[in-house]
Amino acid sequence: MKAARRAITETLLKLAREDKTIFALATDSSGSVTLNDFVRELPGQFVECGIAEQDAVGIAAGLAASGLKPFVCGPASFYATRAAEQVKVDVAYSHMNVKVLGVSGGVSYGALGGTHHAVQDVAFMRAVPGLQVLLPADANSAAALTRALVASPEPAYIRVGRGDVEDIYPDDVQVEIGKAITAREGTDAAIIACGEMVYPALKAAELLAKDGLSVRVVDMHTIKPLDIEAVLAAAETGKVVTVEEHSVHGGLGGAAAEVICQAHPVKMRILGLPDETLFSGTNKEVFQHYGLTAEGIAAAVKAL
Amino acid sequence: MNAIELQRIANERRADAVTMITRARTGHTGGAMSCLDVLTCLFYDVKRPQDHFLLSKGHSVEGYWAILADLGYFPKEDLRTFSQAGSPLIGHPNNKVPGVEVCTGALGHGLPVGVGMALAAKRTGTDANVYVIMGDGEQAEGSIWEAAMAGANYHLDNLFAVVDRNGLQISGPTEKVMALDDLAAKWRAFGWDVVEADGNDMQALLNYYHGNHPEGKPHLLLAHTVKGKGLPFAENRAEWHHHVPNEEQLQQAYEALGVKGVEWA
Repeated sequence: MKAARRAITETLLKLAREDKTIFALATDSSGSVTLNDFVRELPGQFVECGIAEQDAVGIAAGLAASGLKPFVCGPASFYATRAAEQVKVDVAYSHMNVKVLGVSGGVSYGALGGTHHAVQDVAFMRAVPGLQVLLPADANSAAALTRALVASPEPAYIRVGRGDVEDIYPDDVQVEIGKAITAREGTDAAIIACGEMVYPALKAAELLAKDGLSVRVVDMHTIKPLDIEAVLAAAETGKVVTVEEHSVHGGLGGAAAEVICQAHPVKMRILGLPDETLFSGTNKEVFQHYGLTAEGIAAAVKAL
Repeated sequence: MNAIELQRIANERRADAVTMITRARTGHTGGAMSCLDVLTCLFYDVKRPQDHFLLSKGHSVEGYWAILADLGYFPKEDLRTFSQAGSPLIGHPNNKVPGVEVCTGALGHGLPVGVGMALAAKRTGTDANVYVIMGDGEQAEGSIWEAAMAGANYHLDNLFAVVDRNGLQISGPTEKVMALDDLAAKWRAFGWDVVEADGNDMQALLNYYHGNHPEGKPHLLLAHTVKGKGLPFAENRAEWHHHVPNEEQLQQAYEALGVKGVEWA
C-alpha cells in the first residue's frame, strides 16, 4: 500500500534529476503534495507560488512556453475550480505542455467538507478541448502514468487521492495514456471504474463470482481521451456499471454513457456521488454512506 | 530607430487597424489605438528575437496583427480576413498565428504567464526580457496582483510590464467603475520599479526603454494614454471601446493619421 501522490512525486524526482527541464510548482502545498524531497534536492527546479492557484497555473504556462516541462501541484479542488480559467486558456487553449497534478481529489479530505472536495473536476476538465484527464487506480499505475506524462507534450490533468491505496498492479506495470486496462475478464456484465474506485470494483467482481456471475472490471485510468473500444467491449457484455469518486454528473459515467447510448445502447448504472451537499465523514465513511463499496457496487450490478 | 520614424510607423499601423475594424464591422477601436505607440516602440525598436511578448489586454489585438503582418510573420493580405469565418486572425491573440506565443484575451492572464517566462529565463540563465501590456480596467483582476507579488518575490528584473492607462473602460471612466488610483503607489507597494510616462509620446517611450532600470525588481511603466488616440471621432470617448467606424470616419482617420490609405485592403 502506498499513496499515489507519493508514487508520482518520487517518479518525478527521479526523472527530474536527469531532465533539468522538469519543474515542479506548488501553492504552499509542497508538504501535502509530498514534494519535500524534490524541493530539498532540486530547489532550482521548484517554484513556490504561494497560495495563488490561478497565478501558479499561469506561471506554469509561461515556463512551458519557454521550453520547460512544469508540473503544477496542489489540492485538486483548487486547481479544478478556482484556477479553471487558467487551465482552460493558458494551458489547454494555448496548448502548453503543462501537467496539472491535483492531489487529495474526490472526498479525500473527508470531514474538511465541500470547500475541499473535488468532485466536479472531471466534469470540467474533460469538457476542455485538448486536455487529457487521468485518474490512476494505485501507486504503481500512477508512477507509470507519470512517466508517460513526462514523455508527452500534451497538456494534462492528473488527479489522485490522499491516503494509501491498495496495490492493484505490480511495480513494473506498463500503462499507456488513453488505453484502458482490463483488470479482470468477465462476460455477464462490466464495471468501468477509475481512480480509487477500481479496487472496490475488483472486490465487487469477486463477490459476484461467488454468485456465479462473470463480471469484467475495466480500469479507465484515462477519462480523456476515452478508450472508446474498451467502453464498447464492456457494452458487449450487455450490462455496464460505472463507478467513480466524483459527481454522477459529467464524470466517467457521463463519458461512458455518451459512447454507449449513441453506439451500443445497453442497460447502465452510474455510481458516484449524488448532486447534493455531501454527507460528512472520512472518505471511507462517505463511500459507505453512498454505497461506493464492494457490496454496494455488487448490488448495483445484480440489480441491473 | 528615432522617434519620428517610429511615430510614422505607429500611425501606419493605426491605419491598418482602423481599416480592419471598419471592414470586419467589429473590433475594439479605443484600446487598440491607445496602446499602439507602446506596441510599435517594442516591436520596431526594443524587443530582441529572444524576448517574449504578451498582449494581456488581448482585445486590443488589431494593432498587434497589423504589426506582425508588417514585420513579415504572415502576409499583409491576411489582414483582410480579420474576424472572418475560419480566419486565425480572431479578435484576441491566438498562438496559431506566427509570432504569438500564448493565447490571451481573458483578462488578468498575461502577467502570471509573463512571470513564468521571466522566471524560466532566470532559472535557465537565458538572456531574455518579457514584455507584457495590460489594460487599466484589467487591473481589477485579482490574478494580476498574485503575479505582481510573485514577480517581486523572485526579483524578476527582466520583466517589463505596461499599464495602458487610458482612463476608460467599457462602462465608463475607470475611477467610476472601480477606482484604481493611486495605481503607481499600489505597484510600488508590491515591490515594483514604477515609472510614469506619456504612453503616446514616442520619445518618452524610447527614453524609458533605453534608460536605466534598477536591478532586482520587476518594472512597470504606467503609460498615460488617450483611448482612441489618433482618431478624432474616438479620442477619450468610452463608447468607442468597441464602436466601429463608418466609411466617412475611416477617411477622417486616414487624414488625421497622415496616410493615404492601406495597400492590402
